[in-house]
Amino acid sequence: MSSAAPLGAASRWTDEAMQRRVRRRYRSERTFRLVGLAAVGVSVLFLAFLLVTMASKGLGGFVRYEAALPIDFAKTDLFLDPATLRGPDADQLVASADLETAISQAATAAYGPSGATMFGDGAVTDLTRKIVDDPDMLTRPSSLWLPLSSDLDIAAKSDGAASDEKVVAMLRSRSALKMSINTQFLTASDSTDPSSVGVWGALKGSFLTILVTMFLAFPIGVLAAVYLEEFAPRNRWTDAIEVSINNLAAVPSIIFGLLGLAVFLNVMNLPRSAPLVGGMTLALMTMPVIVIAGRNAIKSVPPSIRDAALGVGASKMQVTFHHVLPLALPGILTGTIIGMARALGETAPLLMIGMRAFIAAPPGGITAPATVLPVQIFLWSDEVDRGFVEKTSAAIIVLLLFMLLMNGLAIYLRNRFERRW
Amino acid sequence: MKEKMPLTSTTDDPATVAEAAALPIAVHAPVPQPQDIVEPAASKIAKMTARDVSVFYGDKQALKDVDIDIYDDLVTAFIGPSGCGKSTFLRCLNRMNDTIPSARVSGDITLDRENIMDASMDVVQLRARVGMVFQKPNPFPKSIFENVAYGPRIHGLARNKAELEEIVEKSLKRAGLWDEVKDRLAESGTALSGGQQQRLCIARAIAVDPEVILMDEPCSALDPIATAKIEELIHELRGRYAIAIVTHNMQQAARVSQRTAFFHLGQLVEYGKTSEIFTNPREQRTTDYITGRYG
Repeated sequence: MSSAAPLGAASRWTDEAMQRRVRRRYRSERTFRLVGLAAVGVSVLFLAFLLVTMASKGLGGFVRYEAALPIDFAKTDLFLDPATLRGPDADQLVASADLETAISQAATAAYGPSGATMFGDGAVTDLTRKIVDDPDMLTRPSSLWLPLSSDLDIAAKSDGAASDEKVVAMLRSRSALKMSINTQFLTASDSTDPSSVGVWGALKGSFLTILVTMFLAFPIGVLAAVYLEEFAPRNRWTDAIEVSINNLAAVPSIIFGLLGLAVFLNVMNLPRSAPLVGGMTLALMTMPVIVIAGRNAIKSVPPSIRDAALGVGASKMQVTFHHVLPLALPGILTGTIIGMARALGETAPLLMIGMRAFIAAPPGGITAPATVLPVQIFLWSDEVDRGFVEKTSAAIIVLLLFMLLMNGLAIYLRNRFERRW
Repeated sequence: MKEKMPLTSTTDDPATVAEAAALPIAVHAPVPQPQDIVEPAASKIAKMTARDVSVFYGDKQALKDVDIDIYDDLVTAFIGPSGCGKSTFLRCLNRMNDTIPSARVSGDITLDRENIMDASMDVVQLRARVGMVFQKPNPFPKSIFENVAYGPRIHGLARNKAELEEIVEKSLKRAGLWDEVKDRLAESGTALSGGQQQRLCIARAIAVDPEVILMDEPCSALDPIATAKIEELIHELRGRYAIAIVTHNMQQAARVSQRTAFFHLGQLVEYGKTSEIFTNPREQRTTDYITGRYG
């Protein structure tokens, strides 16, 4: 029959040209797979490089070297009476004493002239706490483990100046050197001396800032998304609003910083460097992200669910809050937390509103001066002292862990609330 | 090429209709024949009436001047080819078309002589009085209990938990689902089979004590056995509720309804007793459709 004849030369399945075409198709598929695999490989490599560099440089920031210091307070010029140190003002009394000189004298007595600069600010902080904890220590000679100065710490960990290496070797030979966990790094705040810096101030600042951001951006963003998606009439105004919100999400973050500076600080006279203003600025930046994620999540709720609820006589509001919003929640939460994670890592807008100040104490509240982790990292990376290098990397590790925690939370919440229909 | 069939052949032959109804599915459902149904007295007032109902989607007219009465004790079937406006008309009856921004409805529709097109009509209450079952089973992704309890809860029909449980049980019993789900009321409604889901949706509609139930092709997504169960259920519900059903399946219309309306291209072509529509249609277009000439 004529219908069985091939329509054209192309449909002769067994001839050579056809075989070639088939082979070419398989070849292009193989090539595509290889290229894709290579792309994955490169990104994994980058990630591994980043993590390994951070870990190798930063883990040192979480430990410190301590040296033994034989000290007899009776022989020092400290005028501290253990009896008065049992009162509530013990902290201030000890802080006002010249511990630095006492330490350097005792160290000189024990280790010779190099002892004078052996201990840094970290040792003073440590000794202060030790005396407050146990005032009776002042009455007897004792041997204390105190953190080394930043230069010696570097020399003990890797390589330092030749003179510092010599001191470290001397301490090692006398078994007067040990490594311990640097708890101060997680409990202290910024300082000029790298041996006594910590991330706690910045961490708390970040936490307060992100809290303000969440309390502003989440409700405003979700309500805006719900209104635009479920209630707003479709007209030129809502179109204009939609375009504006989409554009807002693409505005460079430093512009939001300028806005915060101009409006929150100069017009509204809110306190400078405060988590309140930082959080408000970041909320401006995060809100469009939440609106967009929220609208997409609401859009993906099947219309049949709305019909079902309307069909039994639910009002528009009941449909939205009983059915649409709970079903859209996983998507909204994922979008929100991704937005929050971005805000957490944001530096530029916070520089504009003064959160780059040197702040040596953790913020007491959302209106107290504070800094945040990424800004702290930026500030430390600018320092000339070599001791800050590992502190910078260590702070990056803390920031990454914080982010990981938030993303983990996002995944948990999504799985927890996700429903199928 | 099929010849134009005489009216007495295949589907429109009453004997064949009965035969079609008596196919395997009749094992589940002893289907009453049209002649068994007590016709309403001539004086009886229709539960719902539609007069001059037209619907526009944007500039396109989807429905032209439709007049239909829906009676209390009867099942009214809307048949017609795809896109003929039968679902559109059904959605007018509880004003679900309001949810489509471009839709515009004109004409008068009454429920117990009250015009539901009035601006003063409370749509939320109307939709409770005129319940709806959709084409695709659409249970809420919540527990079986919550699915049925939702309507009574938002309308405040139960004073306490015990009353609510009673309503849920009665609704599920009336929808013929109770025995299958009574031990797993806490399970998700979406975990049920398609036919069970549709009966759950019927139970959900029943739970708010509606006067009219609208069904938009309730069996189009179901297998024959589940379809038979729904049809059986429709028979049981008749008399308690006025029922309007849209269907693609002419045998189904013949089996379950006492009144049939045939729509074509947005017009109501013919409306009358089901037995007459299927045995002795007045319009040529109806004849062509029910004999399978198009659709």
